[in-house]
Amino acid sequence: MDFSFAGKYMPMFFSGIKLTLLISVISIVLATIVGILVYFFKTSRFSIGKVYPLRIVAFTFIEIMRGTPVLLQILVAYVLVSMNPSSSKLPSNMVAIIASISAISLNSSVYIAEIVRAGIQSVPRGQMEASRSLGMTYFMAMKVIIMPQAIKNILPAIGNEFVAVIKGSSMAYVLGIAELTFSAKVVQGATYKGLEPLLISAIFYLILTFSLGRLIGWVERRMKASDSH
Amino acid sequence: MIRIKNLCKNFGENRVLNSITTEIKKGEVVVVIGPSGSGKSTLLRCLNLLEMPTAGEIVFEEQNITDKKIDINQIRTKLGMVFQQFNLFPHKTVIENIMISPIMVKKVSKEEAYLKAVSLLNRVGLAEKENAYPSSLSGGQQQRIAIARALAMEPDVMLFDEPTSALDPEMVGEVLNVMKQLAKEGMTMVIVTHEMGFAREVGDRILFMDQGQILEKGPPEQLFNHPKNARTRDFLSKVL
Repeated sequence: MDFSFAGKYMPMFFSGIKLTLLISVISIVLATIVGILVYFFKTSRFSIGKVYPLRIVAFTFIEIMRGTPVLLQILVAYVLVSMNPSSSKLPSNMVAIIASISAISLNSSVYIAEIVRAGIQSVPRGQMEASRSLGMTYFMAMKVIIMPQAIKNILPAIGNEFVAVIKGSSMAYVLGIAELTFSAKVVQGATYKGLEPLLISAIFYLILTFSLGRLIGWVERRMKASDSH
Repeated sequence: MIRIKNLCKNFGENRVLNSITTEIKKGEVVVVIGPSGSGKSTLLRCLNLLEMPTAGEIVFEEQNITDKKIDINQIRTKLGMVFQQFNLFPHKTVIENIMISPIMVKKVSKEEAYLKAVSLLNRVGLAEKENAYPSSLSGGQQQRIAIARALAMEPDVMLFDEPTSALDPEMVGEVLNVMKQLAKEGMTMVIVTHEMGFAREVGDRILFMDQGQILEKGPPEQLFNHPKNARTRDFLSKVL
């Protein structure tokens, strides 16, 4: 194996890392917001007769997002975003980035909804009952009593989802976005080396996911520590 | 103060309360006894609508609280509740546990809520635990804090759902003492309990429930010493 080309093409990989991180960070933030929304839709008590319309919306969305490949979702998102008239004013790689962020964050949101559900259900029922018995509204109780306790379970799990999103962001490659996987392909083409550029990309992915994993572990330990005052 | 009329509660097919009718007067201490699964706790939880009654009426201070138009959060501030499992907020200190709902729900100022909380802590004998977290307290201490938390809303009625059932035997006394004090001060109380000695001593009236019905009611002297109903006699012979 010959890595002598590595120094020369390092800027290429670095700009790839930047894009990978950009897509992943924006996606995980959006996914968290949408995920919480999906959770509230999924558990909504709003009904017309015996039908719960918001639950049906959530259920359909979750099944579609979980039941179809992310790669396909990215391709569909690209077509949909391109069809929007205002997208013609944007540079084409911008359209691709928006499309992949949309698809990745929507896909991840259904998993985050599940994380939020598990986190909230881990808080004993008595906490909500005690809050309500003191006259708090449902949303008050959620905000000051349930969520602050649930977050201890939710945050580390969202960190793990973040790792999945970083890896998943490599699929933005199909839209020609120059993220970390795409960089490897470009360097392959320029150097005629098959394996080495891919290995370099792999190492960068590992550095990202490994350090993130350690960070999550640290946060988790701190939250446990604050449990036993 | 509270009038209950033909109150029914079903969980699915299962009828837990079967047409309960009774009244709780101002300043009265009513103790509900009966075997497990007799519907005692459900009755109590219906009073502040933690369980929604299937049928019947609960009239509290001249308002029918089973009416859909009623502001239940407003009503609940007048009905303090103490739970078997204490249900203190573990991420808040003792003083925050007591202050939080007066501040959030009644919009009382922080200073006022704090002073009130301190005086309540004195009353339940835990002044020195102000800044402790619930997890560092014993069960008995936690339950006393829970009582203080409910009292902070200045309720007209206090509901106790087996307040000593989750406690070590040696901690039962300290909680019962706080409740006795409260009864002496004229608080209206509805207590579900298995502490027969306490029921006899503090109760103005005892309700005996089985299979979702009140089978017998009366002053403790009569109910404990001369029970009329065969099922009451049977139950008391096993627990006394």
